[in-house]
Amino acid sequence: MRSREPVDVLPRPASVSRRGFVGGLSAGILGAMATDANAGSLADVPDRGPGADLSAHSERSRFAKIDRIPEATPGKRNIDPSDAINSKTPHQKLVGNITPTDLHYERSHSGVPDIDPAQHRLLIHGMVGKPLVFSVDDLKRMPSITRVVFIECTGNGWENWKKADPDLTVQNTHGLVSTNEWTGVPLKFLIDLVAKDKGSNWMLAEGGDGAGVDRSIPLTDEIVNEAFVAYGQNGEPLRPAHGFPMRLLMPGFEGNLNIKWLRRLKFGNAPWMTRWETARYTQLLANGKARQFQLRMDTNSVITQPSGMMQIQPGYNRISGFAWSGHGKIAKVEISTDGARTWTQAQLSMPVLSKAQSRFQMDWVWDGKPTKIVSRSTDEQGNVQPDRESFIAAMGTNALFHYNAQQTWSIDEAGRVRNVLA
Amino acid sequence: MSSHNKQLTAGLLAIGLLASPALAFDFGRPATPDEIKLWDIDVSPDGKGLPAGSGTAVQGKQLFADNCAVCHGDSGQGAIKDRLVGGQGTLASNMPVKTVGSFWPYATTLFDYIHRAMPYPTPGSLSTDETYAVTAYILSLNGIVPADGKVDKDSLPKIKMPNRDGFVPDPDFDPAKLFHTK
Repeated sequence: MRSREPVDVLPRPASVSRRGFVGGLSAGILGAMATDANAGSLADVPDRGPGADLSAHSERSRFAKIDRIPEATPGKRNIDPSDAINSKTPHQKLVGNITPTDLHYERSHSGVPDIDPAQHRLLIHGMVGKPLVFSVDDLKRMPSITRVVFIECTGNGWENWKKADPDLTVQNTHGLVSTNEWTGVPLKFLIDLVAKDKGSNWMLAEGGDGAGVDRSIPLTDEIVNEAFVAYGQNGEPLRPAHGFPMRLLMPGFEGNLNIKWLRRLKFGNAPWMTRWETARYTQLLANGKARQFQLRMDTNSVITQPSGMMQIQPGYNRISGFAWSGHGKIAKVEISTDGARTWTQAQLSMPVLSKAQSRFQMDWVWDGKPTKIVSRSTDEQGNVQPDRESFIAAMGTNALFHYNAQQTWSIDEAGRVRNVLA
Repeated sequence: MSSHNKQLTAGLLAIGLLASPALAFDFGRPATPDEIKLWDIDVSPDGKGLPAGSGTAVQGKQLFADNCAVCHGDSGQGAIKDRLVGGQGTLASNMPVKTVGSFWPYATTLFDYIHRAMPYPTPGSLSTDETYAVTAYILSLNGIVPADGKVDKDSLPKIKMPNRDGFVPDPDFDPAKLFHTK
């Protein structure tokens, strides 16, 4: 492909004309950019010529408008950034599996601290033989791992607990999950360095932000083997919003366990019952009791193309989205284009990585009649993403966190795609 | 175990072999007891970590007005930030009100949180006694300690919060069972 052409991000079936293809996607990915789809003849395409000077780092094209949206609690949108508690990823404008670093969702509890790495320290103490203090350089000298994983805020999906606001985009409904490649030091390595007591099976992780966010983490085999302290994000130092200069990475677990600006790990033998694991990140059930230590993020998926507030044309449409599970790899994704009556298995983009977003796609010819589209994922452990009705029957509508019910988009006779409960 | 983890384990094993006596690890430096004390602020439900000192609800009332009311309202009824008072009896309703009084299971967590995170613009600026006093005042607003009550490191862990039994652990990560299965 020649470099100055707009990138056709999706495969084009031979049986469909380019015109129909571009038309069908006009409100979607390509619609996010000012394309040359309106240049009727090749003669209308602007002439080539010398471009801008080379630069120290690359900015997006001025034609590509892609931004996160700062938001607050469910229903509180279009707010002043100073009132925001999170900032959501624009999944409707993204392709593939890796979230661009600057568009990785953000959830911070006391703003983003401006930390000089030369002055940052990580203290590891408690039930250990050798309490130690590490600098950022110390960590970078240690053996490292690199892994692609999703991080998901436990509040992802919380807009739809009680009702479905029809004018939400997938950014509003599902913008609190992202996937990046992270590099850092295995927790296991640090545990060995400080000579953790065998009797210690809980760890407190604490951040260097104003709130000093802290969570108790059970030292299961899975967590000891997979957790790491990351200093690299998509090949560069962490961005401040994501924990610079170091954060905990807990593949598959609640976003807030991935403590940002990490400055202390303390080993003990019982949970500390911090504010975050009692008053905040617990799920109120219909009977008034709250589920606590629901640490793992469950099997999930969402269609991003087409999705909320887009408009499609009759004929060929390619459905695309992504699935993820804190239990491991996605095994399959099924799509229904008739309101969950019949299901067809979608194509998964390879490779499918454990605890990472996995892209799925499916060809679809829309007959122009109103319908509903919905995806459901199944992971390698056999966990199936629940339909909304059975999910709410189990969880009630007050839980606020851990919403992983199937996401349904309705399509009316004009092709308008809207958020609905089911 | 995924292939990813196999690779990781293999890598660590290799490093472990390389790092046998001739190449002993030398990362970081020992933490001194005095500096650990500066950062070791967490408080457990059994009271471990609570510092010496005390505070009364009466003292706390003025401190709350000066430091907390702008966000939480004059008497904790909520303003631009969380409501701290009331809500008992609402948790099973369609509009649950989660406050210190209706939802928080441990009084020790209240001390810990105020001490680490509040007041929002200047976390950690309250002294130990002031933190106890604000804790006592918020508890008194919820009828959990008397209006002339006092709290300290001995009394705080003994307070049974109204919603102490309101939590059900996820079966996969139940602290009472997780590491006691054998």
